[in-house]
Parts: sequence; structure tokens; C-alpha cells
Amino acid sequence: MTKPPTKKPLLSGTVADKLFGWLAKGAALLTLALLIGILGSLVIGAWPAIAKYGLGFLTSTTWDPVLNEYGGLVMIYGTLATSVIALLIAVPVSFGIALFLTELSPSWLKRPLGTAIELLAAVPSIVYGMWGLMVFAPILAKYVQQPLQAVFSGVPVLGAFVSGPPVGIGILSAGIILAIMIIPFIASVMRDVFEVTPPLLKESAYGLGATTWEVISKVVLPYTKTGVIGGIMLGLGRALGETMAVTFVIGNMNQLNSLSLFEAANSITSALANEFAEAGEGLHQASLIYLGLVLFFITFVVLSCSKLLLTRLKKSEGKKS
Amino acid sequence: MSTAQRLISAADQAVARQARFNGRNRVNKIALFLSLAAMGFGLFWLVWILWETLRLGLGGLDLALFSQMTPPPNEDGGIANAIFGSMVMVVLATFVGTPIGVMAGIYLAEYDTHGWLASVTRFVNDILLSAPSIVIGLFVYAVVVARFKSYSGWAGVIALALIVIPVVIRTTENMLLLVPAGLREAAYALGTPKWKVIIKITLRAAKAGVITGVLLAVARIAGETAPLLFTALNNQFWNADLSKPMASLPVTIFKFAMSPYENWQRLAWAGVFLITMAVLGLNIVARIVTRQK
Repeated sequence: MTKPPTKKPLLSGTVADKLFGWLAKGAALLTLALLIGILGSLVIGAWPAIAKYGLGFLTSTTWDPVLNEYGGLVMIYGTLATSVIALLIAVPVSFGIALFLTELSPSWLKRPLGTAIELLAAVPSIVYGMWGLMVFAPILAKYVQQPLQAVFSGVPVLGAFVSGPPVGIGILSAGIILAIMIIPFIASVMRDVFEVTPPLLKESAYGLGATTWEVISKVVLPYTKTGVIGGIMLGLGRALGETMAVTFVIGNMNQLNSLSLFEAANSITSALANEFAEAGEGLHQASLIYLGLVLFFITFVVLSCSKLLLTRLKKSEGKKS
Repeated sequence: MSTAQRLISAADQAVARQARFNGRNRVNKIALFLSLAAMGFGLFWLVWILWETLRLGLGGLDLALFSQMTPPPNEDGGIANAIFGSMVMVVLATFVGTPIGVMAGIYLAEYDTHGWLASVTRFVNDILLSAPSIVIGLFVYAVVVARFKSYSGWAGVIALALIVIPVVIRTTENMLLLVPAGLREAAYALGTPKWKVIIKITLRAAKAGVITGVLLAVARIAGETAPLLFTALNNQFWNADLSKPMASLPVTIFKFAMSPYENWQRLAWAGVFLITMAVLGLNIVARIVTRQK
């Protein structure tokens, strides 16, 4: 007869269980602590600038390390303008890609094409930056900027939009490159939400004689509205926070004198990338961290909206089907 | 209404109906053509970027690239120290970030799927997943670099690890939720403690997915520049001491590409080629790993 084991293993079930559970919970809490830590450290680091300028920092255009005077409007404008241009290009293109992948593509092509678009998201941003500066900007200058300048040279308003040295660097090229970078994010969210539309809904519309475009625009799009907007917000969040690609092509000039799309400008991320390591401790560094805080706040709001919209779609999906 | 009139109006209606049908068809065709064009537009950039990377990067590939240090302007050299620094920091960051991410993923999937803590964590994690990576750099600067008064490889490792964590949490949770509940219940019925069920049964069943998540995280941090700019900084020389500033491939590329020197730009293109190939390779391997399942 074998005797039942009298000695329990070193880590008995309950102790190990508790330990493991606490470890898991600790790891989850660490994520929360990370967010609070980021916010806290940014506020502390930016405090000298916040105390000195308050919210006036957001509307002042002076950025002068020599005189030690700082205001963030130039960078905030650059960040917002490039992101808006990026969205204007990326949203229709992503919609087209999602439409193609869900409704048009033959099924054997769906996977490779979807993968190719996702690979576009995997390319590191520094590659986009270098390609943008060395390859894309000269081409943009030669084939878009110079012809436009020739056409609009005397025209009052439009002329101002395209003025600037013909090197292809500035808000527009940064916006275009951001658009290429966020297309995959928006397109894959749109594709995923298009695919959750119940086939029954689509088939009833097809059965009534609707064309593919009518099914997409009158059935699928209204059904997935919140998800589509969520995807666009996700793309916006990405565009706002993108650093390297923008730093390469925006030109890093603190000016807001012209509205030109081709004039070198600056964004929050590129100011941080270029100046932070060289900035001495004190007001200069604090002002840069203040900019980082503004950026984090904007992206936080945008990404929260995106997340809430996408969750809402998921919930209503459960109710309807 | 006479018969003739009625016939004419019926014919008119038929013509109108046909016209409307043609119009709708035309709109449909235009929309579908534009959709095709959008797809082409997306692929066009991918092909163009890859082509330029190949064209300009392949020329810079030689033995010196991997054996010599980053040179001063207009002298020969390689980027061996940058490649080494990148590898060390990426590997260490993966080892630091993965266990934390996996444990948090386990918590979300196995311990607290619907509780408030899990909901908040999931929400925060999704935000961190897309948060600007340069802000992570600022955070690590404030808590590590400013405290120890020195840029260091460790600071770079921590910054990269903080980017790994959300990616791994997300994939681990998703993959664990795919494991059928029957497996867990069978193990519990045999009297297995919960931690053993998770490690030996569910985590093992979800292995391929979790590995995919880690590979994608590695691919993501291998190309990250922004969080390293003011944590690991840069170093012109070979350095294996993580408490000193450390060179990395992306930061070196950034510095060299923005310079006017031709040899630096050539090295930057070679670096871009290496990074692109590594990142795309990792992505493709990650996809193959999941597909095998």
C-alpha cells in the first residue's frame, strides 16, 4: 500500500494562488500608475512655466530661448494644422480601402492586400521621415509647389498659401506624410467595423435592388457610424503624437507670419525632439515639458473619444442582433 | 385620358426609370472605381518607400558597416556601435516589459474580466497603446535621467519597456479570451490550483498568440526614435555600459540624415534599410506564427 503524501509541496496551492493573483493585479495596477505617473511628472516638470505664463502660454507666439520668453501657439498650430491636413487626405482614402477590402476584393486577394496595408503601419516612423526629406520633398517642390507658385503668383489669397522657398518642406509635406502613416490605422478599424454589419441587413438591401454603393452608404455606414468616427479619432490621435516623420519634413522654424502651406513651421513633437536634449534646466525645459503636457492632454481626449465610440458600437451590436 | 396618352405617359415613365437606373449605376461605378483607386494609392506608397529604401540602402551595405564605429564627418566608418546599442536595449526592454504585460493580460482575462479595475485598466491601456511615444521619453527623462543626472542606456531600456507593456497586454488578453472555457473547467475539475491552470493550460494554449504580441512589440520598439532622444541619447563610441549614454540605430539615423555630410547620409540610408528589413521581417514572422495555429 502506498502512503498518501504527508508533506505538502513547498508552495502550497493557496499560497501560490494568492501570490500569483497579487502579481497579476500588481501588473494591472502598474499600468494605471504609469498613466498617473506620466501626468504627474509632466505637471511637476512644467510647473515653472505653468506658474509663470498660465494659460496665456497657449496663445503667445514668442519662443525665444535667448530672452527666455516662451509661448506655445506656433507649435500647437503646427501640430493641429498638419493633423487636419492628414485627416483630410487619409479619411476618404481609408474609406475607399476599407470598402475595397470588404465589398469588392475577391476573397483570395483580401488577406495579402490587408497585410500589405498593415505593413504600411509597421514601417518605422524614422523611415517615413528620411524618405520624406530626401525623396518626397524634392518631388513635391518640383512638381506641385513650383507649378502652383507659377499659377498663383499674383493672386492675393491663394498666392499666400503657396509662397515660400521651393524646397518642399513645411506643413503640407508633413501633413501628407502623416496621412500615409495613419491610413492603415483608420482603414483597418473601418474594415473591422464594416465587417460587423449583420449580413442580413446588407442582403435585404441588395434584395431590394440596391447597388453596392447604396448598400455601403445607406446601410453599412449608418449602422457603423460610431465605429467609423472612432477609427478616425484613433488616426487623429496617432497623427497628433507622431514625432520623427514630422520633425524631418516640417522645417523646424518658429514662425507664424504666413499662412503658406510650404513655409517651414514647427510642431510640438518636433520642438521637443530638436530642443529638449539641449535645453538647459529652467524655464526653457519647463516650457518644453508644458508643450508635452498640452500634447498629452489633447491626445488623451481624442483617444478617449475614439475608445468610447468604438465600445458603444460593440455594445449596440449586441443588442440589435 | 385616351389610350394613346396613357401609352405615352407609361413610355415616359419607363424612360425616366431607365434614366434613374442608369444614374444609380453610374454613381455606383464611380464609387467603386474610386475605392479601387484608394487601394492603389495605399499600395503605391508602400511600394515606393520600400523601393527607395532598397535602392538607397543597399549601396551602403558592406563589412565596415557592421565592424566600425560611427565616424566623424567625411570619414569612413560604420554603425556597429549603433546596431549593438539598439540590440541590447531592445532585448532588455523586451525582457523587462513582457512579463509585466503578460501578467496584466492574465489579470484582465482570467481574474477580473468585468470588474471596474479591469475596465479602467483596459481603457488606460488602449490610450497608452496610441499615446505619443515622445511623451514616454519625457516621463522617463523626468523620473530617471533627471534624478541620476545622466543620460543612460538604462533610461532607454525603461522607455522602450514602457512601450512594450501595452502591446503585450492587449494581445495576451485577447488571446487568453479565445481559449475555450472547457479547458479551464477540465483542469479545475482535476483539482489544479488556479495559477497552475493559467500557466500550464490557458497560457500554453494561447502561446502562439502571445508570442505574436511580443514579436510585434519588438518590431515596434526596434524603430522607435522619439523615446530614446533624451533618455539613451547617443554615443559616438562602442559602449556596453548601460549606465552611460548609448547609441541606437534610429537616433543615429536621425542625426546622420539631418546632417549635410554625404558619408553620414549614406550610413543613414544603410541603417534605414536594416531597420526596415528587421521590422517588416518581424511582422511577417509574427503573422506566420499566428497562422500556424
